[in-house]
Amino acid sequence: MNKREKLLEVKNLKVEFGKKNNKFVAINDVSFNIYKGETFGLVGESGSGKTTIGRAIIRINPVSGGEILYNGKPISGKIDDDLDKEITKKIQMIFQDPMASLNERAKVDYIVSEGLYNLKNYGSEENRKKIVEQALLEVGLLPEFASRFPHEFSGGQRQRIGIARVLVMEPELVIADEPISALDVSIRAQVINLLSDLQEKKGLTYLFIAHDLSVVRFISDRIAVIHKGKIVELAETEKLFANPLHPYTRSLLSAIPTPNPRLEKNKKIEIYDPSCHKYEDNPPSWVEIEPEHFILANEIELEQYKRMIK
Amino acid sequence: MKHKATEEILNGEIVLSVDEIVIKFNLRGKELTAIRGASLDLHKGESLAIVGESGSGKSVFTKSFMGLLDSNGRIESGTIMYKGDNLAKFKTEDDWIKIRGKEIAMVFQDPMTSLNPLKTIGKQVQESIELHQNLKGEEAKKLAIDILSDVGISDSEKRFKQYPHEFSGGMRQRVVIAIAVACNPNILICDEPTTALDVTIQAQILQLLKNLQKKYDLTIIYITHDLGVVANVADRIAVMYAGDIIELGTADEVFFDPKHPYTWALLSSLPQLGIKGEPLYSIKGTPPNLFKEIVGDAFAPRNPKALKIDFVKRPPYFEVTPTHKARTWLLDPRSPKIEPPAMILKMREMDEKWGVSNE
Repeated sequence: MNKREKLLEVKNLKVEFGKKNNKFVAINDVSFNIYKGETFGLVGESGSGKTTIGRAIIRINPVSGGEILYNGKPISGKIDDDLDKEITKKIQMIFQDPMASLNERAKVDYIVSEGLYNLKNYGSEENRKKIVEQALLEVGLLPEFASRFPHEFSGGQRQRIGIARVLVMEPELVIADEPISALDVSIRAQVINLLSDLQEKKGLTYLFIAHDLSVVRFISDRIAVIHKGKIVELAETEKLFANPLHPYTRSLLSAIPTPNPRLEKNKKIEIYDPSCHKYEDNPPSWVEIEPEHFILANEIELEQYKRMIK
Repeated sequence: MKHKATEEILNGEIVLSVDEIVIKFNLRGKELTAIRGASLDLHKGESLAIVGESGSGKSVFTKSFMGLLDSNGRIESGTIMYKGDNLAKFKTEDDWIKIRGKEIAMVFQDPMTSLNPLKTIGKQVQESIELHQNLKGEEAKKLAIDILSDVGISDSEKRFKQYPHEFSGGMRQRVVIAIAVACNPNILICDEPTTALDVTIQAQILQLLKNLQKKYDLTIIYITHDLGVVANVADRIAVMYAGDIIELGTADEVFFDPKHPYTWALLSSLPQLGIKGEPLYSIKGTPPNLFKEIVGDAFAPRNPKALKIDFVKRPPYFEVTPTHKARTWLLDPRSPKIEPPAMILKMREMDEKWGVSNE
């Protein structure tokens, strides 16, 4: 465990939108590492900036401060074309809504090979067809589906197409942005299993973005909780669930619906009030409170949290 | 405690009674049977949850209570009795206007699209009061402000004059609920009321609905595919599959003693019950094609342990307890004994464990 290889390092990342008076800081001073082969869960409510982080990593959103390193090489800001191509290939994204993320007017064949066309690295046309066929098989679809249009597929199948077009690029890091939120319970299970299978087979690393904690708990090795553009707590999954320290994490965990009517009906929800922090004269910092358990807190809070661990 | 309350409700008055309803749609020259003879009695004051996958017909089923079927759809047979009227026979808009809002109101799924962006939220609430409660002008406005604070919108006098875009998703859903409640309905149908919302907000909205139910004496039907939500709010649960209610029981019965293989499968695929590192249980195949006539148990093709008769004859309802029934041949005394999957037993164990720690 100690010799884990850092695949992605995010250091003091800052993302801003708008200019001057209209400036909005979406991500403020966020740092975390993703190790090779793990599934890193990023949880937060809508508007917390979790998608923005994902988009900053694949270079859709420009970074205004801090840096992102991939395999030790900086990939944020201006980079040369070769590295850009390499990153595009190695970091891929699965989007949330399979109904909206596929081009309605293109055939599956084109949708899946669009990345290949972009990088022009597939060799012959025959070879491209083979790659597409292989990818479709790997996600549990039939190669014949290549000639069909997205509207002929159900939500679960469309999400499989979304995954197939990621696979053709042979990525190392896959950013899955709420890949199952738009799906039915039974289909969800299928897609989760597919993602785990592929991870095992291809040694993929996942950044799994979601708001559904029960799913994140099932799939992630480590979880970071993000609130209003700041990561407030980061720990190994079971550590986080055993010892949630930050009041926001606690409120989030308390709100997870459990499929048990007797528990659900008596549950108490903790409500997070940001004004419980006294940060005016005593700003918080990012501290490792116990091994592999990080939290955003000032000294006074840190004392409290330490007592809570025992 | 809880059990008694449910019993009381079930012995109480039946407000809505649906019997053997069949709903068909004409689609591209073909006929689709969306609801295949579903029956349901709704008791006054209860919370009933209808669960099922998309396409199982849960929305169509409840939309038929309000005359909201798309124009290519029709009620083929069966009755929907409400206050002595058979709603299935209603044809004109004039008929429905007496029911919609005043008697049965609906909260829709997506608060981003169900409000009028060009009108202040106050006006939209006031509108429904003026239409349904015979109040005008200042009086209606006052009541609207009251209802807005009832649904948890603070500073409601000021918020009254604001437009939907000035509200967050959770707040908009509160406004949508306010509009529904302002009609002073008997029955409130909530169609996926929290699907578009964050978990923390979701919990608040569910709490709000429970409070309103007490205050306004509402009977609520929840339509959802989220079993966590169901566990939170429902007194009774109806599980729908391929246009039919295949299992109906109190929340405890359906969660801890489910009888239909589809209910087993649905519960087993929950990630909360999964074991890390092992594949999650998933239902193979897809729901049946409703353009074709369904023979036998609709779930049989996806059920690895289906009996022979499941492919031949449609099972009737077998009663488990007076409040619990399921449409599966497994409950027939002649059928072989098939144990529910390990997941369901695990859930029962989990419950017993929790039960102890709770007391």
